[in-house]
Amino acid sequence: MPTAWLVVFVLAVSAIGYIAGRRRALNSAGGDSRALHSLPVYYGFNVALSALVPSLLVLAVWLLAQPMLVENRVSGMIPAEAIPESSTLGLVMSDVRRVAEGLDIAVQQGALSEQEARAIRADVTDVRARLGDLGVALGSDVRSEVLSAAQRYRQITATGHLLMTLVVAALTLGGLGFAYARTNKDFRARNVVERGVLALLILAASLAILTTIGIVLSMLFETVNFFRLHSWTDFFFGSTWAPNFRGDSELSILPLLWGTLYISFIALLVAVPVGLFAAVYLSEYAHGHVRAFAKPLLEILAGIPTIVYGLFALLTVGPALVRVFGRGSEGLLGVDWMSGATSVLTAGVVMGIMLIPFVSSLSDDIINAVPQAMRDGSLGLGATRSETIRQVVLPAALPGIVGAILLAASRAIGETMIVVMGAGAIAKFSLNPLESMTTITTRIVSQLTGDTDFASPETLVAFALGITLFVLTLGLNVLALYIVRKYREQYE
Amino acid sequence: MTDTSQQGGGPAAPARKHGETLMKLTARTKRRNAAERRFQAYGIAAIGVGLLMLVILVVNIFGNGMGAFTQTFITLDVHLDQSKLDKKGNRDLEDIKKVSTFGYAPLINRAFETKAADLDLKSGLKPKAMADLLSKSAAAQLRDYVLADPARIGQTVSFRFLANSRVDGYMKGRVSRESIANDKNISAAQLDLVDELIAEGTVRRTFNPAFIFGADASDQRPEAAGIGVSMLGSLFMMVVVLALALPIGVAASIYLEEFAAKNWLTDIIEVNISNLAAVPSIVFGILGLAVFINYMHLPMSAPLVGGLVLTLMTLPTIIISTRASLKSVPPSIRDAALGVGASKMQAVFHHVLPLAAPGILTGTIIGLAQALGETAPLLLIGMVGFIASNAPDGVAAGLMSPNSAMPAQIYEWAKRADPAFYERAWGGIIILLVFLITMNTLAVILRRRFERRW
Amino acid sequence: MYDTAKTESALDQTETKISARNVQVYYGDTHAIKDVNVEIEDKTVTAFIGPSGCGKSTFLRCLNRMNDTIDICRVTGDILLDGEDIYDPKVDPVQLRAKVGMVFQKPNPFPKSIYDNIAYGPRIHGLARNKAELDEIVEKSLRRGAIWDEVKDRLDAPGTGLSGGQQQRLCIARAIATEPEVLLMDEPCSALDPIATAQVEELIDELRQSYSVVIVTHSMQQAARVSQKTAFFHLGHLVEYGETGQIFTNPEDPRTESYITGRIG
Ligand SMILES: Nc1ncnc2c1ncn2[C@@H]1O[C@H](COP(=O)(O)OP(=O)(O)OP(=O)(O)O)[C@@H](O)[C@H]1O
Ligand SMILES: [Mg+2]
Repeated sequence: MPTAWLVVFVLAVSAIGYIAGRRRALNSAGGDSRALHSLPVYYGFNVALSALVPSLLVLAVWLLAQPMLVENRVSGMIPAEAIPESSTLGLVMSDVRRVAEGLDIAVQQGALSEQEARAIRADVTDVRARLGDLGVALGSDVRSEVLSAAQRYRQITATGHLLMTLVVAALTLGGLGFAYARTNKDFRARNVVERGVLALLILAASLAILTTIGIVLSMLFETVNFFRLHSWTDFFFGSTWAPNFRGDSELSILPLLWGTLYISFIALLVAVPVGLFAAVYLSEYAHGHVRAFAKPLLEILAGIPTIVYGLFALLTVGPALVRVFGRGSEGLLGVDWMSGATSVLTAGVVMGIMLIPFVSSLSDDIINAVPQAMRDGSLGLGATRSETIRQVVLPAALPGIVGAILLAASRAIGETMIVVMGAGAIAKFSLNPLESMTTITTRIVSQLTGDTDFASPETLVAFALGITLFVLTLGLNVLALYIVRKYREQYE
Repeated sequence: MTDTSQQGGGPAAPARKHGETLMKLTARTKRRNAAERRFQAYGIAAIGVGLLMLVILVVNIFGNGMGAFTQTFITLDVHLDQSKLDKKGNRDLEDIKKVSTFGYAPLINRAFETKAADLDLKSGLKPKAMADLLSKSAAAQLRDYVLADPARIGQTVSFRFLANSRVDGYMKGRVSRESIANDKNISAAQLDLVDELIAEGTVRRTFNPAFIFGADASDQRPEAAGIGVSMLGSLFMMVVVLALALPIGVAASIYLEEFAAKNWLTDIIEVNISNLAAVPSIVFGILGLAVFINYMHLPMSAPLVGGLVLTLMTLPTIIISTRASLKSVPPSIRDAALGVGASKMQAVFHHVLPLAAPGILTGTIIGLAQALGETAPLLLIGMVGFIASNAPDGVAAGLMSPNSAMPAQIYEWAKRADPAFYERAWGGIIILLVFLITMNTLAVILRRRFERRW
Repeated sequence: MYDTAKTESALDQTETKISARNVQVYYGDTHAIKDVNVEIEDKTVTAFIGPSGCGKSTFLRCLNRMNDTIDICRVTGDILLDGEDIYDPKVDPVQLRAKVGMVFQKPNPFPKSIYDNIAYGPRIHGLARNKAELDEIVEKSLRRGAIWDEVKDRLDAPGTGLSGGQQQRLCIARAIATEPEVLLMDEPCSALDPIATAQVEELIDELRQSYSVVIVTHSMQQAARVSQKTAFFHLGHLVEYGETGQIFTNPEDPRTESYITGRIG
């Protein structure tokens, strides 16, 4: 892990810089810290940060940018005629990367020496078989352009790495030297350090934006690749989901969307009435101690990890439902409507349980925001409490509750573990809640786990699904937050 | 007014000037009160349903999972026959190593044979069939024992073997003579033998620390699978999350809460953070796969990558709670610090931050707990499907070498065909929940202890 | 005390609407109303005055059991409406409040249309058999609330969209629509400007024809203008109760005098 050592080096140099800077400042003031412009620690920090920050920033940017630059250089080596029909440069490049990675592994494990790895030739050795022995599976035979590109790729990467190490080390030492040289008793160390710290704070805050950009770009790139390989009309308007790793897949999101929405609908059917009534009771009727007891207990449901709910669906709720609706004459109802434990109902009910506290605590907040004057007005006219709640409080809270339900819906649509374990894997349009169906998130998981080949539409479709999911949930959230905020303003 | 009294039914009391008596409920009031009671009943029912679900969940988890903490062992006196293990008799470790696990199997068969003869068992099973009661790892277990100290060769030692998962299931009531009708792995005759051995005390079910501290095992040996190694994987991930999310989260919050000017950029950042908090976790998994693994070529299944993904996922939570606790520090504190000539930065770092620290810590612990239980993103970066069979040696390996994580391990077990793994999945959940409860309790205690009213 | 003597003679007078005897109110450990006895007459406007926190609202809310909605509030003593104890276990507060309506300090129209605001009470109490009757009740109430002309063209507009004074008159009309016998008003004009106040005061004067009105106010002038009877509260005690004219010109208790002349409060 040479990069890790580099970081250790930078940290060590900074620590030394801190001590040195402090000492130098104190010396320049003749050991009297009162003669300094700033407190001695600031001189130390100034030197340490000067050594640390620029070098780490460069390191981070370098790590991000290098793969892209290398890719650019190497892709130039692939002649247009070497790109097979039905393929693209991007896909060939992903082969190149895989071969390069395979060679790396081979060298690491000692199956090839560094020299061999550089000199190996596609027309002499069966590279695919050799790498296959090492556990690096390649989709097709390695052609010589690809192999030489891969070798070049490794070479440039290695050079880049070396260069990076040198630059970062130089920056560290340079920063240290520069700041150290500037250190004397009149230097305004505090101001400089504070400006530096502020810059770091801003950097940290912008990470949120970077994450979003990362999410969008990473999915967008691969989605574009996907739409090069697969028609977008089939994706958005087709009717069948039938991935086939030999090619010729039908990959339409609609059946998945149907499963997702159906399961979410059932989940809301469970969570909304239960959550809403629980919230109403807790905020309008329950005495202090009941509330203090029941509310945190209900909220435990929200803190339970989804894997637990998934297991609950797969091993408890599913089999229980089969006992009721399945098994023919042995079942409780004597019917045979359900064959396996996974079904829309299984996943929907369990997800509903998970969402109960989500709905109830959001609604609780919203109901509490309805001014007491509203209730007084109604009670003062001789309404009962339930009339007050149904006819005054709930209508007044309606926009907020709608917002809460939308947030819950967005949760349900994006939920993964419960549907992966409880919903099943069959993509279809069906109204029968006792059948297995599949969802967007389950398909993302199944297309991206195991051996993924970033050159096949069957893998890339996951990114298109991902971005659709992202847009869908984001839209719901933005809408919900907007409604809730508008609602809050109404009573402020 | 007469209208009302007719509505209410019954003539007005003559002594009264207008309206009906208050002492008698009108039919309408009775109806309305019934509706009121129904409405309340719905509310109570809703809370009841919620609490019932909680109870069912908890009972389920503990009912199904406690079994994983005990395991069935079979104690046998094994004669470590020198003629089988060290033909040359010179105790040379290299020579002894040449004897594979197959070489140890006869010793176990012999031990069973002796046992049967001693106890005068009438099962009539062949020694091989008796030895099948043990875990498939029994021979390897014995071999490791011998290799650890070759001097034991030639002795007869009393050895505690892991029993096969069917035997274990029989002890735990999961397996019965009816349920094994089509099971090739165990026969009714073998169960008869087990019954005899139970009566005699050879087969015992005891606490099994290997489940908590041990490594995962292959499909064939549910009885040997443990969650210890994936616990380490989770630990390393949490270290990464803590090391990154806490400083970055606090820095971002300080900027947004204390320094940021109110402008469009700040607005964008704020909207961004609140939206990121609601992005489905699987999307972070896609991000991790695309950026960290596919683009930056970090290794698959590495806790470092898992930690990075979870960091990005937890950051919004930490930022939101940190900002809330910064906000709760009254402005007078800042003014006081500025008043004695501190810079804004000093006021924040010396006065505001320490006062907000308990709140920040609470939020961080809650964020960590959330990250600890998260599974979906880990599926995409390869932390599932990987058999975590070796504990990492050292910090670097802990971060970079493939591992699983607790929730991923649980998912992995749930997917396997043998129902014996289900018990382990539930058991794993108990351990996971113990961690989560501890963390949340810690957060609550922190909050209570340092709660401040200004 | 002054008012006990009056109670004796007032008992057999038919115009006594509400009589309170030895009423104590506690909020947890706070003793908010201490031993209050009072007779409130029918077809009369009674004003409650007194310094802030003296318990005027608390006592007012006892009269239609609105205090039941506050968990920690406890009321002892007897309050009789037409000779019936309203705290009797057999009495349903819902039925009571239909007879004893209430208007609050801050206008609190429901977030519904003007029509639905007024129709709310008649609907829950089942006062109208059909839509036409309901329309009639709504119109009559709005007219008596002196706001009909201002809203007759926009009955479907939300009640929250009216001005403060209009909202308060809407709330009064809403209270009238259930045909109460007593109308309790807790500082109904404190959120209103002088013109709206004048409108509401005028309205109160008209309402006296058919109801017993109890009004809490901080404005001495208002009490003098609209009420026939005045009760002065101080620290939870009912200090003095009598004809408004007398209280303001010739108070018996020195505390009343100092309050009226502005020395306490
Ligand atoms: N909900 C409550 N809980 C506890 N104490 C209360 C509550 N409402 C009122 N009090 C207390 O009861 C006493 C009387 O309050 P009340 O509101 O009746 O006064 P008021 O005369 O109406 O005052 P104001 O003129 O300011 O409206 C006060 O000391 C008050 O603090
Ligand atoms: Mg008041």
